Amino acid sequence: MATATRLTSRYWTKTFLGQITGVTTTISRRTLVTTCVRKWQASGEFYSEQHLQLQSSLKKLIDVEINPHVDQWEKEHRFPAHEVFKKLGSAGFLGISKPEEYGGLGLDYGYTVAFAEALGSIHCGGIPMAISVQTDMATPALAKFGSDYLKETFLRPTIAGDMVVCLGVSEPGAGSDVAGIGTTARRQGDDLIINGQKMWITNGFQADWMCLLANTSEGSQHRNKSLICLPMNTPGIHRTSRIEKIGMHSSDTAQIFFEDVRVPAKNIIGEEGMGFTYQMLQFQEERLVGSAVCLAPLDKCIADTINYTSERKVFGQPVLNNQAVHYTLAELETEVEALRSLVYRATALYIGGEDVTKLVSMIKLKAGRLCRQVPDSCLQFWGGMGFTQENYVSRLYRDMRLVSIGAGADEVMLAIICKYAGTLPKVASSLKKKERQASN
Amino acid sequence: MSLRVLVGCKRVIDYAVKIRVRPDKLGVVTDGVKHSMNPFDEIAIEEAVRLKEKKIAKEVIAVSCGPTQAQETIRTALAMGADRGIHVEIPAKEMEKLEPLHVSKILAKLAEQEQAELVIVGKQAIDDDSNATAQMTAALLDWPQATFASKLEKTDGELEVTREVDGGLETIKVKLPAVVSSDLRLNEPRYATLPNIMKAKKKKIAKMKPKDLGVDLASHLEVVEVVDPPTREAGIKVEDVDTLVTKLKDAGRI
Repeated sequence: MATATRLTSRYWTKTFLGQITGVTTTISRRTLVTTCVRKWQASGEFYSEQHLQLQSSLKKLIDVEINPHVDQWEKEHRFPAHEVFKKLGSAGFLGISKPEEYGGLGLDYGYTVAFAEALGSIHCGGIPMAISVQTDMATPALAKFGSDYLKETFLRPTIAGDMVVCLGVSEPGAGSDVAGIGTTARRQGDDLIINGQKMWITNGFQADWMCLLANTSEGSQHRNKSLICLPMNTPGIHRTSRIEKIGMHSSDTAQIFFEDVRVPAKNIIGEEGMGFTYQMLQFQEERLVGSAVCLAPLDKCIADTINYTSERKVFGQPVLNNQAVHYTLAELETEVEALRSLVYRATALYIGGEDVTKLVSMIKLKAGRLCRQVPDSCLQFWGGMGFTQENYVSRLYRDMRLVSIGAGADEVMLAIICKYAGTLPKVASSLKKKERQASN
Repeated sequence: MSLRVLVGCKRVIDYAVKIRVRPDKLGVVTDGVKHSMNPFDEIAIEEAVRLKEKKIAKEVIAVSCGPTQAQETIRTALAMGADRGIHVEIPAKEMEKLEPLHVSKILAKLAEQEQAELVIVGKQAIDDDSNATAQMTAALLDWPQATFASKLEKTDGELEVTREVDGGLETIKVKLPAVVSSDLRLNEPRYATLPNIMKAKKKKIAKMKPKDLGVDLASHLEVVEVVDPPTREAGIKVEDVDTLVTKLKDAGRI
C-alpha cells in the first residue's frame, strides 16, 4: 500500500511537470489498474466490508453529533468547527489516506472516497465542505511534500482535529485562474513577508492555519509560486466580516488581508516555486472528493421527493402518479448512478497510479451539472412547499449550486477536458497569456 | 476474578428502514433492505467492552446466529472492542423460523464450551420484539438472570444490577455466573473508530453450525399471518369538555 502511494505521487509530479513544460510523459500502469478494476468488478461491489464499516460508523457519528444541530447552525450561519473536527479526529476520520507517522491511517484513496460519500449524509452542504477542506483540500500537498518539521507542527494536529485549516488560493482577481494570483511572499533573511489578500476562504474565520498559495518570486506564473503553512494568529492578518452567501450557511467564508505578515521561510511546503504544481495536484483530490460528497445528497433529494410526492395529492391522486414526475425522477436517479460509477472508476484508476486529470474534470463537471439539475427538478415537484426554507430540497437547491463554481468552475473543467482532447484553440490560450503579462 | 463475557448480537433490519409486509403475508421484506446490529445488542457489546476496560472482564466474545451477512454484525462488534467472534451459520431461509428458544440453546451451549461467566444480550431484538432469549438462556443454564439492566456493578463474586421496572428502579444482586439483558439506558454505545475498524479485520471469527452444538432447529411456532398495523383514523375537534365526555361515552371509552 505504501509503495502504491509513493508511486502515485511520483507519477503525478512527473505527469504534471510534463504538462506544464509541454513535454508529455506517459507511464502505463494499465496492467496493474486493469487487475484492480477486474477484482472489484468480479465482486460486483466497489466497497469492501471495511469501507462499509467505515461508512456506517461515520454515519452513526453524524446522526448523533452533527445532524441534530444542523438546523440551528444553518440559522446561526456558523458551526463549531473545533468541536466537530475533534470528534471526527478522535474517531480517526481526518487522516484516512495520510501517513501513519503523523497520526493518519495510510489507507488507499478508496477509503477517502468512501468517507467522502458518507459525509454526504450530513443534512446540509456547508459542513461536509468544511470537513473536506480539512481532509482533502488544504492538506494533501503538506502530507506528500512537506518537511518533517511542517508535518509535525501542522499536519499532526490537523489530523487529530486539534487544529482547523483553511486553504488560501482564491483572490478577488483570481479564482479558477490560479496562475493569476497577486499575493506575494518576499524573502527577507530567513523569513517571508506576505502581502495581499484572499477571498472566499472556507473555514477562514475559525482556522488555526492556512495553506497559502503566494508568489515567492518573479517570472513564469507556473514556477514562481509556493504553498506556505501560515499560522492564522500571526500579526498582520486581518479577517474581515463573514461573506453572506445564498447557501452553505453553516460554513463561514472569509475575506482575509495580509499586511507585512512575517513567517519563517522553512514554512514553505516542499520546493520553493513548486506551489502551482502542488496546488494542481491537490486540486485532483479536492475535485474527486468534492464530487463524491454530492452523491448522497442527490440520492436523498430524489428519495425525499418520491416520499413527498407520493403523499401529496393533487386532482385526487398523488403527484407521483404523473408520468412527468416519476419518469423524471427515474431519469435523475440514472444520472446520479452514472456519476457514482464515474467516481468509482476514477478512484480505482487513481489508486492504480494513473493520471486521472481528465476523468476527474469530467466528474467535477457532471457533479456540478447534476447539483443544479436534480434539486431544481425536484423542487419543482414540491410546489409551494419547495419554495420554503423548511425542507432539505430547498436547502440543497441553495447549497449545491456552489459545486458548479467552487474548486474550478464548470467552464474550467470544460477547458481542461478540451486541452486533453486537443480541441482548445491555441490562439485563445496564447491571448490569455498576453493578457496576463499585460496586467502584471 | 476476571470474567469471560459472551455477548449475543443479532443482525436485524435497520431501525430507520420503513418495514414492508411481504405479499405472502408470512413475513416482512428483507431483500435489498439495510440491516444493522440490533440496537439493544449494541448496548450489550458496549457494556462488555467497558467491563473489559475496567479490567473486570478478561475477554469479550461476540456471537451472532444468522446467514453469511451476520459476520458483518460480528465485525461491528469486533470494531467496538470485542476480542473475537463466533458465527453460528443459519441459512437465510431457516433464519425466518429461528426462535428465541433455538438461540437460547445455542448461547447456553456456547457459554458452557467457552467457560463464560457472564452472558449479556439485548433485552429484545427490534425485529420480532420477543424479549425471551436472556430469560430462556438463564433457565437452560440454571444461572440467575438480571433482565432490563440500566446499571451494572461488580461486587465480590456478585453483580449489582439496577433494573427499570414499572414505577421506578429496582436493584438486585445476582451471583455469578449470570445472564444479563441490557435496557436502553444502560450506556451509550461508542462509534467504532477507523483504526479499530481496521484492527477488527484481523480478529478471528470462528464458524460453526447449530448441529455442531447439538442444537435442533425444529419449529415450535407457526406464523399464521403478518399484517400492517391498522392505519390511524383522523380525529375530530370538540367544542368543550361536555361534548368530549358525551362523545367518549358514545364511543364506549368511558
